[in-house]
Amino acid sequence: MSRSLLKAPLRAVGVAIMCMTLFACGGAGRDRVADAAARDGILLIGNGSEPMALDPHLVTGVPENRIIASLIEGLIAYHPTDDDEPEPGVAESWEHNADHSLWRFRLRENARWTNGDPVTANDFVYSWRRMLSPELGSQYAEMLYVIRNAEAFHQGQIRDFNQVGVRALDERTLEVALKGSTPYFLSMLKHYSFYPVNPRAVEQFGGMTARQNNWSTVENYVGNGPFRLTQWTTNQIIKVEKNPDYWDAGRVRLNEIHFFPIENVRSEETAFLAGRLHITSTVSPDRIPTFRRENAEALRIDPYLGTYFFRLNVTRPPFNDPRVREALNLAVDRQTLVDRVAQGGQAPAAGFVPPGLDDYPAADRVQFNPDRARQLLAEAGFPGGRGFPRKEILINTSEAHRKIAEAIQAMWRQHLGIDVGIYNQEWKVYLDSQSNLDYDISRAGWIGDYPYPMTFLEIFTTGNGNNDTGWSNARYDALIRQAQSSGNEPDRLRLMREAEGILLSELPIVPIYWYTRTYLKDPRVQGWNPTLLDNRPYKYVWLEA
Amino acid sequence: MLKFIAKRFAQGVLVLLAIYALTFFLVAMTPGSPFSGERAIRPEILAQIEAHYGYDRPFFERFWTSLSNAVRGEFGPSAVYANRSVTEIISESFPVSLKLGSLSLLLALLIGIPTGVIAAVKRNTLLDYVPMSTAMVGICLPTFVMGPLLALVFGLMLNLLPVSGWYGPRYMVLPAATLGLYYAAYFARLTRGGMLEMLNQDFVRTARAKGVPESTIVWKHCLKGGLIPAITFLGPALAGIISGSFVVETIFQIPGLGQWFVRGALNRDDFLILGLTVLFAALIVVMNLLADIAHVLLNPRLKYE
Repeated sequence: MSRSLLKAPLRAVGVAIMCMTLFACGGAGRDRVADAAARDGILLIGNGSEPMALDPHLVTGVPENRIIASLIEGLIAYHPTDDDEPEPGVAESWEHNADHSLWRFRLRENARWTNGDPVTANDFVYSWRRMLSPELGSQYAEMLYVIRNAEAFHQGQIRDFNQVGVRALDERTLEVALKGSTPYFLSMLKHYSFYPVNPRAVEQFGGMTARQNNWSTVENYVGNGPFRLTQWTTNQIIKVEKNPDYWDAGRVRLNEIHFFPIENVRSEETAFLAGRLHITSTVSPDRIPTFRRENAEALRIDPYLGTYFFRLNVTRPPFNDPRVREALNLAVDRQTLVDRVAQGGQAPAAGFVPPGLDDYPAADRVQFNPDRARQLLAEAGFPGGRGFPRKEILINTSEAHRKIAEAIQAMWRQHLGIDVGIYNQEWKVYLDSQSNLDYDISRAGWIGDYPYPMTFLEIFTTGNGNNDTGWSNARYDALIRQAQSSGNEPDRLRLMREAEGILLSELPIVPIYWYTRTYLKDPRVQGWNPTLLDNRPYKYVWLEA
Repeated sequence: MLKFIAKRFAQGVLVLLAIYALTFFLVAMTPGSPFSGERAIRPEILAQIEAHYGYDRPFFERFWTSLSNAVRGEFGPSAVYANRSVTEIISESFPVSLKLGSLSLLLALLIGIPTGVIAAVKRNTLLDYVPMSTAMVGICLPTFVMGPLLALVFGLMLNLLPVSGWYGPRYMVLPAATLGLYYAAYFARLTRGGMLEMLNQDFVRTARAKGVPESTIVWKHCLKGGLIPAITFLGPALAGIISGSFVVETIFQIPGLGQWFVRGALNRDDFLILGLTVLFAALIVVMNLLADIAHVLLNPRLKYE
């Protein structure tokens, strides 16, 4: 066979390879995307998943919140370092009555929407009315129940919004009457459920209560925040740029922020290491030791207001016996679990409400005590674990949750002599099983919506949609109710402390650890401070080129 | 010919209908709701939202509405992504998947077929052993190994190519290579087999005896027949590239259809699942039909039946 025979195909392959190399080298250079972006003042953020919407009244998730926080500003803005501190936003000043149940906000004159409209007190009345309209079906409407008559309006018991405790005294004065004394109302106002929307835009593209409303697409978006939306390419990128009409535009130092919806944590790490991101949304737990060694300056471990715990289904024996529940709690060596398995600098949870809150130090009650645990289990009729029925831990499908569950499974086997199984369900099925009480033990997490213990404690009241344990305690319910209506802060703290004490002696849960947020951050990102709720005051952030 | 196509087309429509019905029933029976989340939703709010999307209607009414809309090409709004319709989502992401898929397929054919031909012609030499054992390795390496490997070498170590995103030709190289190389290996092995069979035919011996140049024998007389196995594999290959692209899309952060398929299922986004399933099914039906036609065109021993 002649050599010429192979020329044609070889040439084709050769051309293909050459093309690939040319593409590869053409303009590649050594300059990484993150370097150029840092010089141009463009912050590149890995943002988890594609946002489901950018309408603050329809969203529920963290990735959405991180973007909306750049586009819309509420009455109170995020403080640069402390999520507990109020920072003037649209409201330039505020006052309240003695028991914190009546608030008056003075709106700043130069707050503007991106369509040129001034931000007025009536915009807030309109927005909160929209949020509370049952037809809209906002999943976070409950946040607004703190306002007088808001719950009744939302549930359709009253139809007249004038009876709800919010009104505009004039263009720039908003008065809010609350259901009871709420000193932490300013912190709640930072939540996106209280954010304003532009009435003109909402009306133009579908009306106040339409779920299908196009005001929040990239073409139509109207915001009042430090940045404005310029590009939204699905599954790829969301770009916001500095808003020149923002009242505090002089303070905004970033020119643009690009949000990348990278769902896969490995892909996100690769993108960071390849110089395409300044900040990742998270880090996979098993990679933390590697990053500690090799990228110590990039690895960030910040406190986070959340608790990782197991729910115990108290409607199923033997979990109806408090001694069994306490035994399970006492047999978990949380310190070892955090050090060896979770590895993200978490704190062992000795209570339910996490640390970091003003005036409410975390409880220090649930400790590792295997001897006492064995004794309790024996008293409950299972000496050495004998006769203990086969129970299962339900987790939602995730390697990280499985590792934690396996560690606890081993601890219970070692210290109590009981054998529990582990099974996983995919997220939506897991949610169903949990709310139908169709489980024995279920892994769970709870992140606070605002920095106050109530955001944790109220979920275990009887009938609360997030209780999901079947546990009910009249004294607990009464204490929470009293705390919610008490006009006196020390009293309220004492009542909540007492309620948490009941929760931690009855233990329908197994607190495991208090969350941290682990992520990678380019050292050039400045002004990025650890905040308890992971709120992002972007206007104080800048990049050192 | 026309009759053959008409018959296969009718079969295709039936298959699509069956798939639609089956998907609808499966989705309806799956536990979980598109509207559930970590934070419990109040029953009265849930009822409002469900009514908005028509979940409060009787089952068969829902099926009928959904089917008649689907026939008109309307799959309704996404139940999870507010303001976005299923048609919008598909029309945004399908071109991306199509581009990635065709690039990969092109790469696979460009590499696989010449390699297979060479290996057959140079049977039992190094030019046969080396590419064929490489191909065997290629077949055994799944894309979720190949992708990160390529990203590591060309992206992180050599810093030659971007490893995430979809912004221009350079961004397409690694994903297309990951997906394409895998199928190139298949095509190489199939082509080699097909060519070997042809090269052993009597007419080849006759041609050689008559002094026909070897290149004419290979390229003119044998290639057409030798390609039949590869052509037959095109339909399944395309299906594989579409369903396999999810992995590649995830690794390289590409805004294609594959991601929506998985996300739709995980979110219980019923309308999106239905829309995507029908689209994939239609693609596979059409591609198989085309592959069948090409098969018959290339192989005179087969007749349309």
